Amino acid sequence: MSATVNQIEKSDKAPKSAGKMQMDRLALNLIGYTFITLLAVICIFPFLLVVSSSLTEESKIIEDGFQLFPTAFSVEAYSLLFKYPTQMLKAYGVTIAVTVLGTALGLFVTAMTAYVLQRKDFKWRNQFSFFFFFTTLFSGGLVPWYLMIVNYLDLKDRLIVLILPMLLNVFYIIVMKSFMSSIPEAITESAKIDGAGDFRIFLQLIIPLSKPALATIGLFIALAYWNDWYNALLFVSSENLMPLQYYLYKMLGNMDGMRRAMVSSGAVVTMNIPTESLKMAMTIVATGPILLAYPFIQRYFVQGLTIGAVKG
Amino acid sequence: MNRRGFIGYVIKQRTLLLMLTPAVLFFLLFAYVPMAGIVLAFKQFNYTGGVFGSPWNGWDNFRFFFESGNAWMVTRNTALYNIAFIIVNNVLQIAAAILLFEAVGKWFRKISQTVMFLPYFISWVVVGAIAYNLFNYDVGTLNSILTAVGLEPVDVYNTPAYWPYILVLVSAWKTLGYGSVMYLAAIIGIDKEMYEAAEIDGANIFQRIYRITIPNLFPTIIILVLLAIGNIFRGDFGMFYNMVGTNGLLFSYTDVIDTFVFRTLTTSNEVGLSAAVGFYQSVLGFATILLANYAVRKYDKDHALF
Repeated sequence: MSATVNQIEKSDKAPKSAGKMQMDRLALNLIGYTFITLLAVICIFPFLLVVSSSLTEESKIIEDGFQLFPTAFSVEAYSLLFKYPTQMLKAYGVTIAVTVLGTALGLFVTAMTAYVLQRKDFKWRNQFSFFFFFTTLFSGGLVPWYLMIVNYLDLKDRLIVLILPMLLNVFYIIVMKSFMSSIPEAITESAKIDGAGDFRIFLQLIIPLSKPALATIGLFIALAYWNDWYNALLFVSSENLMPLQYYLYKMLGNMDGMRRAMVSSGAVVTMNIPTESLKMAMTIVATGPILLAYPFIQRYFVQGLTIGAVKG
Repeated sequence: MNRRGFIGYVIKQRTLLLMLTPAVLFFLLFAYVPMAGIVLAFKQFNYTGGVFGSPWNGWDNFRFFFESGNAWMVTRNTALYNIAFIIVNNVLQIAAAILLFEAVGKWFRKISQTVMFLPYFISWVVVGAIAYNLFNYDVGTLNSILTAVGLEPVDVYNTPAYWPYILVLVSAWKTLGYGSVMYLAAIIGIDKEMYEAAEIDGANIFQRIYRITIPNLFPTIIILVLLAIGNIFRGDFGMFYNMVGTNGLLFSYTDVIDTFVFRTLTTSNEVGLSAAVGFYQSVLGFATILLANYAVRKYDKDHALF
């Protein structure tokens, strides 16, 4: 899988025509550096804006609006957030619990399902594959799904409603399946002769050999859980169960709610709350862990996309 | 296979079948059983009757949806937005991938790729917060800049006509990194000898890109675009809901099928109508994805979905 990365690196050493720098290449480099720089700046610019706004004094924001650089530096919004952190910490707790449990369970079931579907001696693998795949082509729509979860499974306002509905994704099963089918059969063959059962082969041989795919798909699943707000929007009304992104969503749209949350975490009732910088500070705090982990996990995503792309 | 053979096989493969059980149960509960709820589309839903006890009302829900004019509006919006996303996103991604590969150094490529991938990692809620930062009338950055240079501030959240541009831009912004990695992978797979031969024949770098890189990308482009066309009637709920929210003023330009279904269910609580629109979308989506897959299959059998 890291072949792609190596290939990118190797291509730099590919022999260019020796001697003087040609005009056409120079022109292309000029276009390339300009265009890519422009795109990269556009991609990062909004993040800088949010950081800057979160660090600007509220009165200045009201006066001049948000700016790319803080006109009057202030950490008031952050100190307020960390002074009365109850709600925020609760939301963090929910998100971390959901992400950890959902990723562990989702990844395990994805891998287990993929393992069975790629077993060439399993007669019904195509029928089962189609059974899973068909759900990506046709669905009953939002309403029946919603009623199933709320009326029949009675999951509303339970932690599990943030985990279960997005536990499995057919495309991850397909990617995992194509990765596992590239593991040589000879490896499992000898274990079978030694009398190991299917589940043991999966657990002790296949899982360790699938680590690269597990890492990539695990990160995709974890990111989906961390960023989820949709299930909370539909199924959560209790404040104790709000995940981070949904909490942020609520606070952005509802300043009174923010005030109430602050008061309920012990803030003085009459206090002037710097709502604008606070919104931006909350955005940063809710995105923080992803931004920090991002440089380290990005390459796994790139690799994952590349296996997906090659295998279709 | 006779019955004995069937049961015999179940017993023989019980471990594998048990291992499949969690996933089978999952898709039964969250996909197949809800399909039965499609009957709601033909019912006047009430909570005492529930899904199966509520009285039938034939095609009334559909008739209401089509006669209200909403059907055309949300279908058109969904399709047009997706078409714009497909064109703009793919052109930008391909251009970025080619330039990343051909025109810039390794160090620069790594840094810029990391930066461009960043928007993919954040939730739509955070994108909504960024939009607020940019476009808010009183404190938004856009208006800060406009007033600083002596221009009139613009009221973005009250001007529907701006939104197609904004949404296309946001979609391009969020998917640029992701898509350019896909295309970069395809470019890396192109046979290097073709370039060397072209170089010896005196082709300049632009000719090489135009005559070799782009034609060689066609298979990837056609497949990715056809598959995207298959999903043309599925709106990105997260994006539209967080960018526009419940701002009814903008709906004529921004309402897609998914946001309409959601609002009909949660705000106006019209379960039957909402189910009908959902069903309409599912059928439309199913038909387009079959067509798209048929096209992919004609073009290149290996890349067809089924």
